Amino acid sequence: MSISESEEKNDRMQRLTAVRPRLVSFARLQLRDPAQAEDAVQEALAAAIEKDDTFSGRSGYETWVFGILKYKILDALRAQRRNGRWQPLENELDEEAIDRLFQQNGRWQEDARPSSWGDPEAAFLNERFWQVFDTCMIALPDNIARVFSLRELMGLSTEDICKETGIKENNCWVILHRARLRLRACIERGWLSEEK
Amino acid sequence: MMFKMMMCKEATRLMSKRLDAPLSFQEKLSLKLHLAMCDACTECNKQFALLHEVGPRFEMLVSEIPDEGGSSRQE
Ligand SMILES: [Zn+2]
Repeated sequence: MSISESEEKNDRMQRLTAVRPRLVSFARLQLRDPAQAEDAVQEALAAAIEKDDTFSGRSGYETWVFGILKYKILDALRAQRRNGRWQPLENELDEEAIDRLFQQNGRWQEDARPSSWGDPEAAFLNERFWQVFDTCMIALPDNIARVFSLRELMGLSTEDICKETGIKENNCWVILHRARLRLRACIERGWLSEEK
Repeated sequence: MMFKMMMCKEATRLMSKRLDAPLSFQEKLSLKLHLAMCDACTECNKQFALLHEVGPRFEMLVSEIPDEGGSSRQE
């Protein structure tokens, strides 16, 4: 190995250390179990080091590692499901939590009416937004959060989510609707209250 | 065409579904009409869209970790 190659490799090891905390928080949102999240990240980092020479100096090293982590998370989720660690997803299909947000006639309840969050770009750049998002994800029931994060964090199609979770696509839409309504309500409480 | 005005609850269902699957012509039209008249749902629609972006944004955050000592790589 030439000197510059080994320097590059060294640089990549440092980058792994730097990116680790964010990978762990991503995995935790997904797996909802700190120990399993640590394991998944550990495995992803080990795989990245082992496969280092397949990453041939292209840009986007962190994105490449992130991709590896997504596979590891899916593996871990499948194991959770196999080991019976998931509650039946059909339990999430009751309308109650949603009904509280709306009046009988289908209009928003006065205290549930969405307000403006301001510029979305500014939200994404604000560390505080991500803290609120994290807190609100943790507060969601496991099943709802799992479907939401498969869709919105992992970017799976609802068709693929059906395969991973064994629910019908229609139920998947129902759960996602629920997740989005609950998340937006929670984020609005946390986000707007702190800003003022 | 008989047209019953859609209410907020149903509108949020469609604005959520729109992010996961294509809406029918009829659904698109009803949603559009509702959004044109309802400020609360318009905000909700923006917020759902924002939540739909969190994945790519998280990924950007991960890839923008600053190197210590500054990176010498310029591609
Ligand atoms: Zn409305």
